[in-house]
Amino acid sequence: MKDESRRGFIGKAFGAVAAVGGVASLLAMKKTWDPLPSVMTAGFTTVDVSALEANKLQISVWRGKPIFILKYTEDMKPTDGRSVKVGDHYYSVMIGLCTHLGCIPGYEEDNKKFKCACHGGEYSADGKQTFGPPPRPLDIPPYKINGNTLVLGEEGPEYKAMMAKAGGA
Amino acid sequence: MAEFKPADSMYEWFDQRLGIDKFVKVMMTEYWIPKNINFLWAMGVLLTVMFTLLLVSGIFLLMYYKPDVNMAFDSVNYTIMQEVGYGWLFRHIHAVGASVVFLIIYIHMFTGIYYGSYKKGREMIWISGMLLFMLFSAEGFSGYMLPWGQMSYWAAYVITEIFGGIPLIGGDLVIWIRGNFYVADATLTRFFMLHVLLIPVAILGAIVFHFYSLRFPHVNNEEGEFFDFDEEATKYLEGDKKGSKVVPFWPVFLSKDFFVLGFFLLFFFYLVFFHYDFAMDPINFDKADGLKTPAHIYPEWYFLWSYEVLRGWFFEIAGVSGKDLGLMAFGFANAIFLVLPWLDRSPMVKPANQRPYFKYWFWLLIADLMVLTEFGKLPPTGPNAWVGFGASLMFLVLFIALPFITKAEAKKVEGK
Repeated sequence: MKDESRRGFIGKAFGAVAAVGGVASLLAMKKTWDPLPSVMTAGFTTVDVSALEANKLQISVWRGKPIFILKYTEDMKPTDGRSVKVGDHYYSVMIGLCTHLGCIPGYEEDNKKFKCACHGGEYSADGKQTFGPPPRPLDIPPYKINGNTLVLGEEGPEYKAMMAKAGGA
Repeated sequence: MAEFKPADSMYEWFDQRLGIDKFVKVMMTEYWIPKNINFLWAMGVLLTVMFTLLLVSGIFLLMYYKPDVNMAFDSVNYTIMQEVGYGWLFRHIHAVGASVVFLIIYIHMFTGIYYGSYKKGREMIWISGMLLFMLFSAEGFSGYMLPWGQMSYWAAYVITEIFGGIPLIGGDLVIWIRGNFYVADATLTRFFMLHVLLIPVAILGAIVFHFYSLRFPHVNNEEGEFFDFDEEATKYLEGDKKGSKVVPFWPVFLSKDFFVLGFFLLFFFYLVFFHYDFAMDPINFDKADGLKTPAHIYPEWYFLWSYEVLRGWFFEIAGVSGKDLGLMAFGFANAIFLVLPWLDRSPMVKPANQRPYFKYWFWLLIADLMVLTEFGKLPPTGPNAWVGFGASLMFLVLFIALPFITKAEAKKVEGK
């Protein structure tokens, strides 16, 4: 009997060491697949929006994602909680990826709407979904207004106010 | 240690050490296959040959391919296609092979469904087969990324984005899978690793397991007849080859398989040499550009049916968004075949056309999959979107109804 309990203890001890080693190596494997620190820290994009032409879509790049910047014409009404005011003008600032499966919608200047060719989704100029499978409006990237420029990737007070409004609604 | 007598021949020397005689008997000359089968039973051997062709052509491509976003496209389209002697041949074998292997997998799968070869003891054959189907799908998807053309890039983008639909962890999971916020170099190199090492190794293991799972329940036959394999084997070995219901795997079964294989390879190499274009989408000859979506994205033909199930849901139902519904339907479509043996509640193992209700189900399923495949490639606008929705819904209804249909069939057959 004494022998049995000795073997039992050795078996359990072996199992425990193996389990710790197994979990630790799984963790290491998970970490190996993580994005590299250089990838995580890279990327603030600065865009000067003062020279943009109204109703012409400007596409900038931030963290490999296309960013739509659309200056409004005089007759386009700003949307509360979505349109960004820089200087005297209003802009749509949005991540240009369809919220359905990530294709890049095109902008139709005549109809003032975005249309995604992949699965037929449509958005109004302020990025609200109006037709098809998109589950939500185009996402708004974190931004900070610095005079006439936008710093993408940094959360400015205007962005925080906008998000608070969206979250509260 | 066992006593070894000096060997009289080289053959005996090896046989003493490796048991060749016994091994050949167990694996080949006394592995029994039913006689009552047709050319559809040759698909397993065809698939083994196709996998070998893919492996060999892949090894040659691997010598010149460069898994780097700046070099991948040119290493395929310039180095392999124009500089390497016969590089084009290996690429075309690999690309056409990847497509044709799915054609044979589907024939193999639906032969199994038609003849009821997935139940009454054959469940593990079916499950290991479906595991192989999933592994081949992952292998096809990861390989499609490697030439780093526009279709490679956007297929990778859309498919990895699907994981974003998983509640709570979705967003982080997508970044983790890609190793970046978008499909980037880290994504290419890790999927390269999966394509050339991890998944092929898993496939090899699964193939061995699939073959092994056949040994105890044995191969099904054209009539779904159950008989005693040992008894029939004894008959065969005692000389009553005509009366026995079985033949040995080698040389009898394989010789007929090789005949079918001969025709198949003529067809395959006809495609490789004269019609490879169907496996080489022209859009993929534009280099990947993360800021320019092609006007119309579609997967290779063999994924079209499940792609259409995914995107068929384009409007909200009861507060659930079209996107979530599509994801749920897609998940359902990819998992449901796995449990087919338990959805079929009828004990009949017969070809579908001899089953009073199942035959309608079977042909409806084939028709629905054809519609899904056809519309998966068309732009999802106007009436197309509705046909896609209808076919996608039909797919779900067919599988939800299967237990009831087969239960009713069992009752009807017993009542006779």
